[in-house]
Amino acid sequence: MQFGIFSVGDVTPDPTTGRAPTEAERIASMVTIALKAEEVGLDVFATGEHHNPPFVPSSPTTLLGYIAARTKRLLLSTSTTLITTNDPVKIAEDYAMLQHLAEGRVDLMMGRGNTGPVYPWFGKDIRDGLALAVENYALLRRLWREDVVDWEGRFRTPLQSFTSTPRPLDGVPPFVWHGSIRTPEIAEQAAYYGDGFFANHIFWPPEHTQKMVGLYRQRFEHYGHGSADQAIVGLGGQVFMRRRSQAAVSEFRPYFDNAPVYGHGPSLEEFSAQTPLTVGSPQQVIERTLGFRDYVGDYQRQLFLVDHAGLPLKTVLEQLDLLGEEVVPVLRRELAVRRPATVPEAPTHASLRAAARTQLQGSTR
Amino acid sequence: MTGRRLAVVSAGLSRPSTTRLLADRLGEAASAALEDAGLGVDLQVVELRDLAHQVTDNLLTGFPAPPLRAAIDTVVRADGVVAVSPIFAASYSGLFKSFFDVLDADALAGTPVLLGATGGTERHSLALEHALRPLFAYLRAVTVPTAVYAATSDFGTAEAGGLDERIGRAAGELATLVAGRPPGPPPVPSVDPTPFAELLAR
Repeated sequence: MQFGIFSVGDVTPDPTTGRAPTEAERIASMVTIALKAEEVGLDVFATGEHHNPPFVPSSPTTLLGYIAARTKRLLLSTSTTLITTNDPVKIAEDYAMLQHLAEGRVDLMMGRGNTGPVYPWFGKDIRDGLALAVENYALLRRLWREDVVDWEGRFRTPLQSFTSTPRPLDGVPPFVWHGSIRTPEIAEQAAYYGDGFFANHIFWPPEHTQKMVGLYRQRFEHYGHGSADQAIVGLGGQVFMRRRSQAAVSEFRPYFDNAPVYGHGPSLEEFSAQTPLTVGSPQQVIERTLGFRDYVGDYQRQLFLVDHAGLPLKTVLEQLDLLGEEVVPVLRRELAVRRPATVPEAPTHASLRAAARTQLQGSTR
Repeated sequence: MTGRRLAVVSAGLSRPSTTRLLADRLGEAASAALEDAGLGVDLQVVELRDLAHQVTDNLLTGFPAPPLRAAIDTVVRADGVVAVSPIFAASYSGLFKSFFDVLDADALAGTPVLLGATGGTERHSLALEHALRPLFAYLRAVTVPTAVYAATSDFGTAEAGGLDERIGRAAGELATLVAGRPPGPPPVPSVDPTPFAELLAR
């Protein structure tokens, strides 16, 4: 089981002081947060990709490459990579390059983004959103798996005898997750390829997640990648902790009340009851998180959102300390006990390389 | 005896509310007409005032809180709907519109709907035709021909062509439509995706 954090990279004023970080401060804090994640023993850092204010991470591989150079163990990922508006040729190259620099500590989560206007900024039409996700990803897979690609599609100029460089590290493409809140076709796409499926699982009631993960598992089995309980599932989650539950609630409330997305709407208590948001003691976070598998089954990756809504860096780092020291060790232990041996771990570069070698030996025999 | 489900949506804000009064009379008249036709009726009232915060929350978060979810289910599973709004600033109230904004776009497609409205003076009665009816046309609901407007003055008279008669006519029209359709919930929206081979071939 992998544990980590995912960041939207929003620049939001701290509602208790009114002060927003500069872009430079926010970018630096994302790096600090990622380094801290490794230091406290988390496995994954994932960054969003956005091309409009108030968000800073427009260039994920630049950020992740820099973090790669300053970490040893941390797996670097995205949440999400825009498969609709990025040229698949550029994704293939950027992430293969990052894979080499990070010595394989890279995977990606594909997403369609939730900002309509981003499409024309990159010469695309939002009405083609789903079709772009399908065609671009099919091309991306070929660019990583075939040394020379001839290709023709609807959305970009044809390719003739094209080789995307560098080739993936050890000939093994990065593992891919597909992220979605409620588009069944994305669960279908993940299942078709036997890729991972990541349910956003924040800001929405768990019933949505349950439905989408259930569909993905069922279709994963349908396409012959294994049994439904062997499908590769990731979940988001949102937490804020203090040792005393009431201290967590009173400290987080102004951030909650003014947060982008859900602020000025339901109360913290209502939203905590209706979505997986957990504000309280580490023990409460442990108990709530252990309950996720009741409706999605045994899963492979848990990412927490801890750095949005204008929370100060110092507070976020304290959250990471609590996650690393008190929450994740217990979750690792408890989830390992509950997990049947037939449920696989999330693929990594090492496991995919080993699998590729076994396959190669099998075919040359 | 086969049952039919009627949902009455009232967007009145005061208590007691004239809008609720009209909504109840329309609901009762429609129930009576269905019972006269030998059909059992399950009548549920959705009082939007009680859900006002949750409707706003749904606009902000994109999902309904459980009580609002229950109200939405009542309305979208009904065999017939009575929808009544006060007329504010020449149109339905914001709360009334917001409730129908948070329904799925096709949730009321094909559902018979009786429209009603209340106002201080009869001068606003055509808001039913200019505002409410186009909204339900967009939702592809089947609105009955008679929409009922009740001004304050209507509650004081019993003359021919008055409120009682309009309520009776509209309720009869709704009952005829509801009775003529098979009862039961609309098909549950499916999450079955397009098979991937089809998506690739597009």
